Amino acid sequence: MTAFFLIVAALTIAGTAAAMSLRNPIHCILALTLSLVGFAALYLQLGAQFVGFTQVLVYVGAVAILAVFAIMMTRSANPPEGQSHQAAFSSSWLTGGAIAAVIFAVLAWCILSKSTPMQTAIQQPDVSVNQIGDALMHKFALPLEIVGVLLTAALIGAVILAMPERRKTL
Amino acid sequence: MLGVGILKGLAETARNFLGSYVSKDRLTTIQFPEERAPRIEASRNFPFLVYDGTDPQEGLRCVSCFICEKECPPKCIFIEKSTDKKPDAVGKPQFYPARFNIDVSVCMSCQICVEVCPFDAIKMDTAFELSATDRFDALLMNKQQLAKSNEYYHEIHPTEAAAVDAELAAARAKTAAAKAPAPPAAGGAA
Amino acid sequence: MTPDTIDQIFVIAKHWLLSYTPAPLQPVVSAALSVAPILGVFPLLFAITTVLERKGLGRIQNRYGPNRVGPYGFSQPIADGIKSLTKEDIVPRTADQFVHFLAPLLLVMAAFLAYAVLPIGKNMVITNLNAGVLFFFAVGSMVELAVFMAGWSSRSKYSLLGAMRAVAQMISYEVPLVLASIVVIMASGSLSTVAIVNQQANYTSIWPHWFVFTPWGFVGFILFMIAATAESNRSPFDLPEGESEIIAGYYIEYSGFKFALFFLGEYLGMFATSGLAITLFLGGWSAPFSFLTWVPSYVWFFAKLLALICVFIWVRGTLPRLRMDQLMGLAWKFMLPMTLLNIVTAGVWHFMPAGFVRWLVCTALLAAPFALLSRGLTQGGKKLQLRTYRFAE
Repeated sequence: MTAFFLIVAALTIAGTAAAMSLRNPIHCILALTLSLVGFAALYLQLGAQFVGFTQVLVYVGAVAILAVFAIMMTRSANPPEGQSHQAAFSSSWLTGGAIAAVIFAVLAWCILSKSTPMQTAIQQPDVSVNQIGDALMHKFALPLEIVGVLLTAALIGAVILAMPERRKTL
Repeated sequence: MLGVGILKGLAETARNFLGSYVSKDRLTTIQFPEERAPRIEASRNFPFLVYDGTDPQEGLRCVSCFICEKECPPKCIFIEKSTDKKPDAVGKPQFYPARFNIDVSVCMSCQICVEVCPFDAIKMDTAFELSATDRFDALLMNKQQLAKSNEYYHEIHPTEAAAVDAELAAARAKTAAAKAPAPPAAGGAA
Repeated sequence: MTPDTIDQIFVIAKHWLLSYTPAPLQPVVSAALSVAPILGVFPLLFAITTVLERKGLGRIQNRYGPNRVGPYGFSQPIADGIKSLTKEDIVPRTADQFVHFLAPLLLVMAAFLAYAVLPIGKNMVITNLNAGVLFFFAVGSMVELAVFMAGWSSRSKYSLLGAMRAVAQMISYEVPLVLASIVVIMASGSLSTVAIVNQQANYTSIWPHWFVFTPWGFVGFILFMIAATAESNRSPFDLPEGESEIIAGYYIEYSGFKFALFFLGEYLGMFATSGLAITLFLGGWSAPFSFLTWVPSYVWFFAKLLALICVFIWVRGTLPRLRMDQLMGLAWKFMLPMTLLNIVTAGVWHFMPAGFVRWLVCTALLAAPFALLSRGLTQGGKKLQLRTYRFAE
């Protein structure tokens, strides 16, 4: 539990909390971006360089921008006027709090019940980009191709959605 | 093919860049205020009063006839006639302006005052660097500031000045000829 | 002073300074000593570039550039800096204050972060990451977010329009940018910038092993530079910030120092992508001929960087601005297929035996699609026809 981990984890949690509680949707997305960068920092701390940088490249560089575009085009970014805050102890708080407590309890039980094996340092596989590339090309070639087909389908769908209506007369 | 046009454009720009260091016609900027662009003869900016000779008071051609003040479209000329007379450009005693003010900020350089003046007393100057630090008083030119010599007029508008001088000399000769041999005929000389 | 000492003078100086700092402070001081030169040199280069660009563009356009401040106008950046620092910082009342403030900061921060993996000289890189090139592109993608934040927070039609266009342009050109650099990664087998440069620092007789001297490297370099021009919103791709089109695009509502920060961020991004192009294709800090290796490595890096900057200025003075649909068409219909074919060509190059046939095959593999694609883009060489108006005559 180094200081670096604590700081980055605090930033991530703060970003996620802000993303849930801010009123302006664009601010929420930016807070979410902060928490995604926090995740990338955690990946880097664990030594997964490829995943960490790809997290920034994909999430911050593409997904966050996609999210802001979506919000911008579909709703006004002004916080809704005159919306009163929910009452302090409404039923939705109770339900949400109960579900969160249950999940936390289950996770804590899972982690704590395996405490003994966690103390021995697991032989960390030396994952370099070379090995990831090798694995993608040899062992995981089929998932790679399937993901490629999926992305192609998404791209074609996006192009069809964005294409202007064209009449048959040219 | 794509790129050929771009390469030709790049070559042209490079030629411009390198040529601007060697040939003057690829760098046509005139570095104001160290250099000034030559002005053509017919350029005009602001009127001035012509005086012959060396004394701006004695040689002033203006006889305060008020024609330019009346014809000026934005009414920027203000003249006050004097009470005594002095000889004008052709020798006849005439009134002269005690005060002659033109407001630079109002004048629109239309040259109408020059066109209507029967005495060739007011002409257009080409000086344009007339900035002042005061918006009102410093931009009102009085008679002393407006009076410039005939030699200056020759410098800025040589052909015009030569033509005006020829006319005035002819007029003076006619007056002298009419005065000299016989007593003045009834009806006066021109 | 041997050439090697002059070459490594900064490294030696840093180690000497570190030997005088107490042990617990050494990591911090080491990091600071590595980062401080970047923070000092590249803004200085930015200042020089602004005046070089104005004078260069002026000469191209048959006029002097600025020549009043300082000797031949070279102190102009000082005057510009004072002006931008002392201008009033106006923020629109309806603007999103927090985001409006953060956007230029994020832009400059992302631009500075990118220099962490560029080897400026031999043994002179801030951090030798195993996935250095990937880090560079990851950081570059943060710039798009900053641009969007700037345009959105200004709450102005023009700035939002400019921001949308800018983000669309940057996203579309990021694909050819990354794909064009993949050929180099393929050829060198590593994502680390130091390893890529070290591979290019060898010589056969006097010729260097730079990747730009191969068919796929040359095409990759050209495509990378075009994409880099578009990524930094530079002419001819500067529609988002076109001064005569949309006033200033996404940074209309910024004044004073924040405006200067945007310029700084844009130019720093330009230098960073040029630096990456130099690292990937032009051999980084290595000398062009083997008999010139006595010149220090950082001198070569900056000489190549200055050359690329001059090319940027030259292109800016030559080409008219591309319209948005022309821009996007170029990215998706020309550059993307060319980069993919470039990857195939690099693979063919790798597997064919060295020799003249390899050159012929690879050049043909690249030239034929180029001719076909360019015919598609220019509509088959159709001459522009006389425009007829249905109603106006």
